[in-house]
Amino acid sequence: MKLDIVISGVGGQGSVLASRVLASAGMGLGLDVRTSEVIGMAQREGSVTSQVRLGEKLYGATIPDHEADILLGFELAETVRAVPKLKPGGAIIASASAIVPVSVQLGISSYDQKAMQQYLREQPGRVVLLDLEELAKKAGHPKTGNVIILGALSTLPGLPFEPEQLLQAVLSYIPEKLQNTNKRAFEVGRQSMEVA
Amino acid sequence: MKELLSGNAAIARGAIESGVTVAAAYPGTPSTEILENLALYPGVYAEWSPNEKVAVEVGIGASLGGARTLVAMKHVGVNVAADPLMTFSYIGVNAGFVLVSADDPGMHSSQNEQDNRHYARFAKIPLLEPSDSQEAKDMVGLALDLSERFDTPVMLRTTTRVSHSQSLVEIQDPQPRKLKSYVKDIKKNLMLPTYARPRRVALEKSLAGLKEYSESSPVNRIEWRDRSLGVITSGISYQYVRDVLPDASVLKLGFTNPLPEQMIRSFAAGVQKLIVVEELEPFIEEQVRAMGLALAVKGFIPYTGELDPGILAAALVKAGIIHSTGGIAKAGYDLAESPAVPARPPVLCPGCSHRGVFYALRQLKLNVSGDIGCYTLGGLPPLEAMDSNICMGASIGVAHGIGKANPALDARTVAVIGDSTFLHSGITGLLDVVYNKGNATVIILDNRTTAMTGHQQHPGTGRTLAGDPAPAVDLEALVRALGVKRVRVIDPLNLAETEAAIKEELAAKEPSVIIADKPCALLTKAVQPAVRVDAQKCTGCRICTRIGCPAISIKDKLAQVDAAVCTGCNLCLQVCREGALVKGEEKHA
Repeated sequence: MKLDIVISGVGGQGSVLASRVLASAGMGLGLDVRTSEVIGMAQREGSVTSQVRLGEKLYGATIPDHEADILLGFELAETVRAVPKLKPGGAIIASASAIVPVSVQLGISSYDQKAMQQYLREQPGRVVLLDLEELAKKAGHPKTGNVIILGALSTLPGLPFEPEQLLQAVLSYIPEKLQNTNKRAFEVGRQSMEVA
Repeated sequence: MKELLSGNAAIARGAIESGVTVAAAYPGTPSTEILENLALYPGVYAEWSPNEKVAVEVGIGASLGGARTLVAMKHVGVNVAADPLMTFSYIGVNAGFVLVSADDPGMHSSQNEQDNRHYARFAKIPLLEPSDSQEAKDMVGLALDLSERFDTPVMLRTTTRVSHSQSLVEIQDPQPRKLKSYVKDIKKNLMLPTYARPRRVALEKSLAGLKEYSESSPVNRIEWRDRSLGVITSGISYQYVRDVLPDASVLKLGFTNPLPEQMIRSFAAGVQKLIVVEELEPFIEEQVRAMGLALAVKGFIPYTGELDPGILAAALVKAGIIHSTGGIAKAGYDLAESPAVPARPPVLCPGCSHRGVFYALRQLKLNVSGDIGCYTLGGLPPLEAMDSNICMGASIGVAHGIGKANPALDARTVAVIGDSTFLHSGITGLLDVVYNKGNATVIILDNRTTAMTGHQQHPGTGRTLAGDPAPAVDLEALVRALGVKRVRVIDPLNLAETEAAIKEELAAKEPSVIIADKPCALLTKAVQPAVRVDAQKCTGCRICTRIGCPAISIKDKLAQVDAAVCTGCNLCLQVCREGALVKGEEKHA
């Protein structure tokens, strides 16, 4: 059993928490676990990539290019940026919406949201693009995007953990007063995959 | 019990398990979390020192005072601490001392990518290189034991991928802490020529003993597999070798100074082809070649940048060591060309107090000598208001030198330096300006924290690493005490005031200091109402985008402010010529 997951997003979106949750779910099954994070220089607004590896016996924490089984994208352009990490036919669950960087405002680079969505949809594996903002509203908290994506992930076939185990791993990182909100967010994520 | 720990958290845990009671550091990526984690354990004295040199000196004192000690810093911090380090190896230790050097291959958050393994050789001290969190933890204990056994400071060298990756670590009970008694021994500890000469000889003897130890160290081991290829490797590179060359025989070196020559020779004799795989400098490779051993290929891995399994696989193919990259970096997988992905460079945060100063500097078209911190981002587009950046504290000396080289430049040159950086190593530069009658204008960007590394305390914040109240240095009084007569405090988010202050101080024919006084926006919880756009007045001139604020964008040729991001700092209001940006209204209950 070996599962490599790449999580890409922008600082402040909770991708680091998501990687901890996946690692802890793997540990709960007695698997070897490695994670690695590259966090941009600024605390906010920079690219953030986390890598999570679960398996029987692991070496490097860095997933080689074209090896990841699953790509979780918290931001559209960051998802596109991480596609080379994904193996042919790997699954993508990602936010369809954009966080437009300052470089676009300055005319240094461009951000074509439709083209990026199209590009992701053309990838050979299963691709689900979610309206995370709308789903977060449904969950009742704007900052639950990471848990919604984990909920969506839990519906994929071939995972080492049951959805309930992943949910428990999520809740172990969430303070008491936000437990219900995050249970809801996880469920909203699961439901989003039924329609997608 | 096993826990998932980052390399840095594992190092802190290793210190606790090995009886460390004193720790010192200056924050620096990727080392910062070591002391932050250590400070959480009761019974340990852990401090943020003003700089790495002081941290090592505190550590030397703690070792002499009888406590097992850990001192941590990023790679370039060791440059600052090199002076005490180079002589510390002469005097040796009382209680064990480990210096953690966290290197940053690929320069994720650094100004250079020096390979600090060379420092261990240079200072003639033992060197340990962990390749995951378990080893990072275990090697702290080993380092302290070796330090006491061989009477020497020991370097534990990690890299970003070891410090910031997480893996499973077996947690053990802490050893009892024992304080050794202080021994006055001037022949050993008082380094002046008479006593230093015999210590120099003793150091070589100790190195010979370490070389012998290296041959049997439990962290140096041969893993025999297929003998047609043998790989000598260390640190994180070991993991990449195992991923890419799972069948190769491996000499895994955890103790890399001095190298185990006999072990290397017998490994070389046992394989058909020998290669060395290491990140950054050919530290091991050059020494192996100096032993007269033949390598199948030399220098086939790039000396620059971070290594990863894909780069290693490609380099091995190119060098003819393997014929295909196998499962790694599948060459046959052609990605369709993706749409252009926008660059997402780090930017100053919304509400950042530095933004006002850099906008003013840009407007005034000045020469700006910069320094290390968040504010170095003021040198990137759109502000681009910084001309040079070298190392901690350099801004002031550089500005002084520019003025001395060409006095005509004096009135157009300013130094910008953060509060933590000024206290780290800017004070002596400013002293030089005063003493040698320079005219430099120095702007201290005082956001009352070490922001870049994640908001650590420093001598100006009024808190210690443990969060206890502490005396806060008065920056204004400090610079006056150095002899600067022109000192003024400004609000950096007031553009008119900032510009006027800079112009006046540049015109003065003496040293001056402007303290741009505003706490870091990320620490100020009280956010003001978001700025509104008056669509009737906005002409779409885009001038507001020149401040580089993440909250401002242009949509349908009109300025747009993201209310969720805007902190209401109101800098953009002062830039807009049309009055189209309007202060947000207080919400009344």
